[in-house]
Amino acid sequence: MPRYTPPEQSKAGQIFDIAVVVVAIFVALWLPLKMGLAGAAKSIDALDAKTWEALGQNPTMAAIWEKLGYTPETAHDVIQNRFHYVIDWPTLIIMAAVLIGYFVFLFRASDREYRDVINEKFDDK
Amino acid sequence: MTITLEPAIHGDRVSLLRVLGPAHVWALGVGIVLVGEFTGWNFSADKGGALAALIVCWIVGLLYTSVAMIDSEVTSTVAAAGGQYAQAKHIVGPLMAFNVALFLVFAYTMLEVSDAILLGDTIVAKAGVDGLTHNSFIAATIVVLAWLNYRGVLMTLNVNFVITAIAYISIVILFFSVSPWTQGAVLKLNELVTPGNALPYGWIGVIAAFQFGIWYYLGIEGTTQAAEEVRSPARSLPYGTMAGMITLLIAAAMTWYVCASLMPWEYLGITYYPLWDAGKLTGSPLLENLLFVATLLAALASANGCINDAARAWFSLGRDRYLPSWFSAVHPRYRTPYRSILFLLPIALAFAFIADLNQAITFSILSGVLQYTFMSINIMMFRKKWPLGTIRRGYTHPFHPLPAIVLFCLCVVTFFAIFLGFGSQLIAMTIFYFLISVWFHFYRYKFVRRGDQFTMPWPKPQGY
Repeated sequence: MPRYTPPEQSKAGQIFDIAVVVVAIFVALWLPLKMGLAGAAKSIDALDAKTWEALGQNPTMAAIWEKLGYTPETAHDVIQNRFHYVIDWPTLIIMAAVLIGYFVFLFRASDREYRDVINEKFDDK
Repeated sequence: MTITLEPAIHGDRVSLLRVLGPAHVWALGVGIVLVGEFTGWNFSADKGGALAALIVCWIVGLLYTSVAMIDSEVTSTVAAAGGQYAQAKHIVGPLMAFNVALFLVFAYTMLEVSDAILLGDTIVAKAGVDGLTHNSFIAATIVVLAWLNYRGVLMTLNVNFVITAIAYISIVILFFSVSPWTQGAVLKLNELVTPGNALPYGWIGVIAAFQFGIWYYLGIEGTTQAAEEVRSPARSLPYGTMAGMITLLIAAAMTWYVCASLMPWEYLGITYYPLWDAGKLTGSPLLENLLFVATLLAALASANGCINDAARAWFSLGRDRYLPSWFSAVHPRYRTPYRSILFLLPIALAFAFIADLNQAITFSILSGVLQYTFMSINIMMFRKKWPLGTIRRGYTHPFHPLPAIVLFCLCVVTFFAIFLGFGSQLIAMTIFYFLISVWFHFYRYKFVRRGDQFTMPWPKPQGY
């Protein structure tokens, strides 16, 4: 197998490639933040009666909350801010498909490249 | 069995220095991870309750024990800068290596961002001055640590060893100061974790808690990044990594026990400073100040190690021309990958200012779990392509393939846990990795020298 000689990349090409990667990183990490997609799915289950008992806190817990500077009113939004675990099946299926598709592409394309590497490496000997 | 490798020479370029021992490997691994005890792990209590945080502490500990076992075998055999990146290059292929390096860079850079935010917020909270923001502290942390990394790896990891040891000892001091053998005096576990609130969301909450349970140990695999700079990789890497894992399991158990016994789970789940708060709640000013300082030191040690690791992964991409080779320069005097360090500096700064703490942690966890999924498959391929006895291994991990299967199953559970609350981020990041992989495979790969990607003195892999 003839040894593959890669093309030399110009300085402009290198700068362009760096820019592509930087933009991709920012889009991947920043876009979910900007679109409000990042962060936990929590919401406050409001209670009318804001007492330690209503908030499900025993005297020991109430004493610690007070030591931390909270009152039943200020602790209400902390204690009642809960996750609501509902399995959204379409989203779960999309997520699973994206992940599986990604890994399948990754391993198959990597294997094709790996065969180039092994052929060139060991055919030289 | 010990293999001492020659200094890594790549053409006529200046190479990295082999100056590190097992203690540095321990300091790198534990230094990166220990901050997870000071913040982050406790968000698992938010997702599932206090008992869920303990359950995932142990189950995720199993995941990381598998990671450490697998990593020790592969890295003690493939000793090159980039750690898992070099493993992927030799075992799976260039595209996988490219992705693994990006996993590493993202995981460590976002962990560094989390550390800097924690440090800034902790100082601001301690100062209690109106109008004081964390921005200047975040910027100073990232810039000063980048400079330290620029100046040399030995000094960087010597600093890490000292500050990590102090932070760890502070957890031990806190644990023994609260009379852990008696309940009721200081610790009140029975009254804070009751049958009614131990698992407030039931078992689905336990699964959801896996997401932040990862934070107890995330980054221990970073020990392998130093593979090209340790004097004896086959000895130092397994010792340093396994010692680090044992250290962290003990610290995680002590941390959960003290924190869950001192504060209600609803507060534990949202505080940024669980150990510092624990120090405050003991009523001892000495413990409060000790844990305040330890929180800062743990954040510094972690950010320091993360800069070290992310830069080496980026450096490796440049050296192999997966990215422009400009990044592969080694400083002629300090022998560090200085261009990679400088390039990642503004990226870390930018995200430190636009993301909040649990978002940055989630970004880091996502990349980490993708990487662990790769590792579980990678070890299977490694054993298949080079069965035992065909190449010289520095360390052979026991019970294969059980650790790989356990690791893979726990990764699947963790993906589901991330879906419960952060699914959109997971999909967005996976699409990013897919698109950048397409870019690499169909464009960037043409600049890669094929045969040069395989540098180990091994026979041809079986099946090729």
